[in-house]
Amino acid sequence: MLDACDHRSEDTLRVEDPPLLTGAGAFIDDLGTPPGTLHAAILRAPHAHALIEGIDVGEALTLPGVSAVLTGDDVRRLSRPLMVGVKAPIEAWPLAVGKVRYAGEPVAVVVAESRYVAEDALDLIHVSYRRLPPVMDPERALADDAPALHERLDSNLASERHFRYGDPEAAFARAAHEVAITVRYPRNAVTPIETYGVVAQYDPHEDAYDVLANFQGPFSIHAVLSRALDVPGNRLRLRTPPDSGGSFGIKQGVFPYIVLMALAARVAGAPVKWIEDRLEHLTASVSATNRVATLRAAVEADGRVTALDLDQIEDVGACLRAPEPATLYRMHGNYTGAYAIPNLAIRNRLVMTNKTPTGLNRGFGGPQMYFALERLMRRIALELGLDPLDVIRRNLIPADAFPYTTASGAQYDSGDYQTAVATALEDGGYAALLERREAARAEGRLYGIGLAAVVEPSVSNMGYLSTALTPEERAKAGPKNGAQAAATIDLDPTGAVSVQLDSVPQGQGHRTVAARLVADILGIDPNTVRVIAEFDTAKDAWSIAAGNYSSRFAAASVGAVKIAAERLRDRLARIAATQLNAPAEAVVFEDGRIFAEGNPDNAVPFARVASASHWAPGTLPDGMAEAIRETAFWTPPELAAPTPEDGINSSLCHAFIFDFCGIEIDRTTGQVHVDRYVTMHDCGRVLHAGMVEGQIRGAYANAIGATFYEEYAYGDDGAFLAGTFADYPVPTAMEVSDPLILHIETPSPVTPTGAKGVGEGNCMSTPVCLANGVADALGSEADLVLPLSPARLMPLIGGEEPQPPAGAAPRPEPASGGRTLTGSGSAQVAASPQDVWEMLLDPQTLKSIIPGCHAVEEVAPHIFRADVTLGVGPVKGRYIARVALRDLDPPNSVLLEGEVNGALGTGGGTGHVTLTPAEGGTTLAYRYEAEVGGKVASVGGRLLDGAAKIVIGQFFEALGRQAGGAKPGLLARLFGGRS
Amino acid sequence: MKPAPFDYLRADDISAALSALHDAGEDARVLAGGQSLGAMLNMRLAKPSLLIDIMHIEALGAIREEKAALVIPACVTQEALLRRSDLHPLLAKALPWTGHVQTRARGTVCGSIAHADPSAELPLCLALLGGEVSIRSRRKRRTVQAADFFRGMMLTDLRPGEMIEAVRIPLARKNQRFAFTEIGRRHGDFAIVAVAAMREGDTLRLTVGGVNDTPAIREWATLDTADIPDALNDLAWSLDARDDLHATARYRRDLMRNLGRIVIEEVSS
Repeated sequence: MLDACDHRSEDTLRVEDPPLLTGAGAFIDDLGTPPGTLHAAILRAPHAHALIEGIDVGEALTLPGVSAVLTGDDVRRLSRPLMVGVKAPIEAWPLAVGKVRYAGEPVAVVVAESRYVAEDALDLIHVSYRRLPPVMDPERALADDAPALHERLDSNLASERHFRYGDPEAAFARAAHEVAITVRYPRNAVTPIETYGVVAQYDPHEDAYDVLANFQGPFSIHAVLSRALDVPGNRLRLRTPPDSGGSFGIKQGVFPYIVLMALAARVAGAPVKWIEDRLEHLTASVSATNRVATLRAAVEADGRVTALDLDQIEDVGACLRAPEPATLYRMHGNYTGAYAIPNLAIRNRLVMTNKTPTGLNRGFGGPQMYFALERLMRRIALELGLDPLDVIRRNLIPADAFPYTTASGAQYDSGDYQTAVATALEDGGYAALLERREAARAEGRLYGIGLAAVVEPSVSNMGYLSTALTPEERAKAGPKNGAQAAATIDLDPTGAVSVQLDSVPQGQGHRTVAARLVADILGIDPNTVRVIAEFDTAKDAWSIAAGNYSSRFAAASVGAVKIAAERLRDRLARIAATQLNAPAEAVVFEDGRIFAEGNPDNAVPFARVASASHWAPGTLPDGMAEAIRETAFWTPPELAAPTPEDGINSSLCHAFIFDFCGIEIDRTTGQVHVDRYVTMHDCGRVLHAGMVEGQIRGAYANAIGATFYEEYAYGDDGAFLAGTFADYPVPTAMEVSDPLILHIETPSPVTPTGAKGVGEGNCMSTPVCLANGVADALGSEADLVLPLSPARLMPLIGGEEPQPPAGAAPRPEPASGGRTLTGSGSAQVAASPQDVWEMLLDPQTLKSIIPGCHAVEEVAPHIFRADVTLGVGPVKGRYIARVALRDLDPPNSVLLEGEVNGALGTGGGTGHVTLTPAEGGTTLAYRYEAEVGGKVASVGGRLLDGAAKIVIGQFFEALGRQAGGAKPGLLARLFGGRS
Repeated sequence: MKPAPFDYLRADDISAALSALHDAGEDARVLAGGQSLGAMLNMRLAKPSLLIDIMHIEALGAIREEKAALVIPACVTQEALLRRSDLHPLLAKALPWTGHVQTRARGTVCGSIAHADPSAELPLCLALLGGEVSIRSRRKRRTVQAADFFRGMMLTDLRPGEMIEAVRIPLARKNQRFAFTEIGRRHGDFAIVAVAAMREGDTLRLTVGGVNDTPAIREWATLDTADIPDALNDLAWSLDARDDLHATARYRRDLMRNLGRIVIEEVSS
């Protein structure tokens, strides 16, 4: 089979490139919309955890141009909850119903004549929240006293499963050593340039939805969508645009917005378009999971691992949303990595916290898993005094063991890890790298070498997710398995060839590869083959496995294309055979002509034979079906449902990667320089060398981001802190080094082309390879937490910080090291403590001294409500503030507790104010702690501390002025000269 | 991410800009390159009622030399100044750190001064060089020293109705030496710490950005080599270094000590 399918196309230019490189790509926001299309904007929660006590949309509805406002009540009335992947009483809706569980959760949708008007209207929606304590840390979320996110679930544990393969207990009992590591993998995501987009229409006559969205599959989600919209699948037509500005899995997460916009179109009675903005995308689209994993290894004296024990806490965010818990279970067959480890124990806990729900992302479970496993392998080497390279080599699966079945049931299809490693070391210059490290260290430089060996799975088994269920639950639900790929080839009346893919590409070059493959099989010019990549569930052949994920194109989608092309070729051969007077088996397809073997002069044009079924069906050989359209489905038989013993072949193909790197840490700045990076891949047969290189370089760049730069950071109060690319620093060309890419090829015996997926591997191998290099350079086995920012590394290099100079006032450090804003100050006020005290308690005085105050009322004794404009420089917003005075000790001290709410965000805090008599008046001293959430926290983190200081300073400054004014003749306006 | 409604006025000359600014008061903003204001408008962090576009005022478009100073009017872009790197050695060193070529192509020098971001390079340079800000309102002109102009984070001495007409930077003298360096997360990012140094004879002047709300200035009449580490440690601890998402207070102090040493060595060698 393999010989017949050597369809390499490295010499083929990509048909995708001319429009993409000249700015002519057809992305969702470029496409026209139906007449009368309205535009949606989404109001999002400023709090991580709060009850919605009321939503007042009246004022928003009166704004000219506004057509409709949707709230949770509408969504509950018109749709059903999104399906949840485990048996737990968790309700997930596309719009908050009664409660918000993460900052940025959609709370209301405005539909208006333009996005501008829709956003104007957002500012007019008034939501009253009752804040609840958030829980942000997955370990803390498991505590008995942690706040529960979902009322019907009395804890935050959505699922817990224990797995046992082989005899891990015996292996640990026998082992010479036990080595353990706990690894915390943070939240990050490979993030696309193009954000989500949806154009939705509703046909009330047919009760049918028609949605164009830049969704990227898997189309198993179509079933989730139609169920949520409460229509049969044939009444939800889902289409995708011709071009995609990147997905990396993230675009799967557009699906709740498909439901939301479909409902908005239904309520508004018009088509509705919504394009997500960058702040929305970074805050609330989809993140990869963060994970706490404790790994224990039973290790022989020579470093061989005989058993592995994993305890994994997976943080899926505010609710378990489809297709989670896939991040954890996608790798289930692969938890022993590239190593022959026969005994395995796994404990998986799925935990919910007040963060954005998680979903697909490039690498999908691999980065989290390998960061733990390959850090563990290095630790084993150090604890046993062995060379880390030797520990890897001693544990690799032997070349003669393939196909190899892992402890947890994956069938590794092919590989020769020893040759791959040896070739990488040789061709990648490992010996020279060791010398380079030695020379650098001799000069006192911080130079380290890191290693990682990784198995990259591809073509997901649609049944792996059911491993999250118990065998009994699975038996009840019925088996799920396979990875059905589909392709359709059409011959038109001119004899031209069109191909329809099911892979929803995001620019990888699928059309080029498919055209070349079909052209080779039919003996025609690849430039004459047209490949259609936009997807339409109403017209295309597809199955739940369709889409752009799990690196399935080269291994699965291409396979279906090949089968369809070969079937058509065989039928055309029979038609041609009658014209050529030759047996069909002897018919040759070449250069756009069809002829009998050995007789190329007597040829018929391909187009004539290819169009014959249109023009002269009566001439077809008896009993032969027409050759007009061929649809092939292909699913690998190797992808069976989980066994009763929880064995699962979670993916079809298993590529191998061995990486090593040399890195140097700058002692002056803590910055890491990647001096050399070598990445060896065995991805089976390489179908297009340039595209494979593009995949590797892309994943490598993503991995540089995850390693050194990117984190979806949250405050302890649940505020999201990385809402712009200034605070979510995706690396640019300036920050990404040039890796050396090497290959060996052990073709896959289980895919039609011998190819395996290659799109995600460096997202799995590179972060941990670099982290191992950093650990080597530091000469310490400190727990390294990504991203390895200079600020994190500096204390590990320099040891103790130089002391402050003698006599210097100690600087206040925030107690938690968190993001609570703290500050203090004092003012001399030209009034007696009693006068100052009375001012603090008088609404009219407060109105005049609170900066930007429009109105103050005392709503209850010592509780004030104020309408204020707060801001710094040009950044201003209007807020409603509530301030309560507590612990009153007149006229000496008072505690102010307050919170502010506005369109730009929210704040809350306490201030302790003391008044002491001083010459000429009073010394007023204050100390505050504040937390800020919502938009300002997401986009302005860098400046918040300074801004809080200014705004609070303005208050007391004004108090000083007011006091001065109240006592004519006293010139004690301490601040007067300064502002 | 669409701005709130605002009126837009394209001013053809400075008096038109100033009278519009006078009439609209505090709710108007001057729009120059828009590289900070544009983002703030789209995020609705700023909601001015009127934007006065000054970029078509020809009289404010050209750099000139005047009385041993470089006069940089309000419409001169950062890239235009960078292209004249012969004009001042410190600006030649610092401007490549200012954003990216795309943002420099629109962002103006005076706009950066008016925005007064604590991490920005241009305020730091202006403070180190003892530059001046020429301010105009409809009826008045005044000049403010750089050290007095920056009042806080994104807060300046500008009052309602006023705009910056130009900044003035003393030309470098032969016996002056300059150095600049900074650390950000990525190339072109806001500085975590930026330092600039100037030596003239024995006098050493250092400014630090990215730490306090405004550029911090230190000057030593003489500083022996042996005293540099202590002097920099004193400086590091005396400023208000804080934690944020990208850096800790400790890291900022580390950078002040380490980058400070680098720029002092550069101007002293």
